[in-house]
Amino acid sequence: MTKGRVAALALLAIVAPLSSGAAAARLHVVTIDRMAFGPMPANVRAGDTILWVNHDMFQHSATARDQSFDVDLAPGKSARTVVRKAGLIPFFCKYHPGMKGAITIAK
Amino acid sequence: MLKLFACAGAAALLAAAAPAADKPNDAQIAHIAYTAGTLDIEAGKQALAKSHNKAVRDFASEMVRDHTAVNDKALALVKKLGVTPQDNPTSAGLKSAADKKRDELAKLSGAAFDKAYVQNEVAYHRTVNGALKDVLIPSAQNGELKSLLQTGLTLFSEHQQHAEHLAAGLK
Repeated sequence: MTKGRVAALALLAIVAPLSSGAAAARLHVVTIDRMAFGPMPANVRAGDTILWVNHDMFQHSATARDQSFDVDLAPGKSARTVVRKAGLIPFFCKYHPGMKGAITIAK
Repeated sequence: MLKLFACAGAAALLAAAAPAADKPNDAQIAHIAYTAGTLDIEAGKQALAKSHNKAVRDFASEMVRDHTAVNDKALALVKKLGVTPQDNPTSAGLKSAADKKRDELAKLSGAAFDKAYVQNEVAYHRTVNGALKDVLIPSAQNGELKSLLQTGLTLFSEHQQHAEHLAAGLK
């Protein structure tokens, strides 16, 4: 075994548990208030969970244009979706379609 | 008729603005906003009682739900501020126009009702949004009231677009 391979294996051994552990625990929050989605979280990966928190007085939804997620959010309530697909996912509120956003999901 | 209604709304607003030192005060603004919401809730309830069209019923449910939410917030705000909403010619104008329209709609059914209801929702939201943007928001003195009216304008603009989209589909 070459030094390079040893180093690579050692690196894998360190990174693998970290990344799998981090992926399992990753939760990102997107807030909704006054008829708008708040800032998008960075570093979202496929398999992560988005917690949508509706601080508004109105019922909203977070509905992906590609239909990969669609959650209804009663006023003052929150809901989770797991993002499965990598890429830029545009979404909107199906009740108020002028409310929109896009979330970047890495592999 | 739609044009007449829009004109009646605008004329009533001008009438309200004239006697009270050019612009409505917060107590009048709160009354106008609450009345506008209540009238649209009543229109939505009428549609839910009469329409069998799913898209129209979904829209009407949304109107009842959203306008009730804003009005609940408005009531809580005036209570907190110790303001008693004050009746005024604008509120009265909106109410008499809406009463007339409700009677007209009551005589219709089926697709004719759906079309007339949705067309009126387009006109109504256009009138109220114009009033919010040009008169009510600029005139509001209290910051919290102004902010609630601004959220209301964003919401009602969504409703206007939704109604326009729906109206286009019913033709």
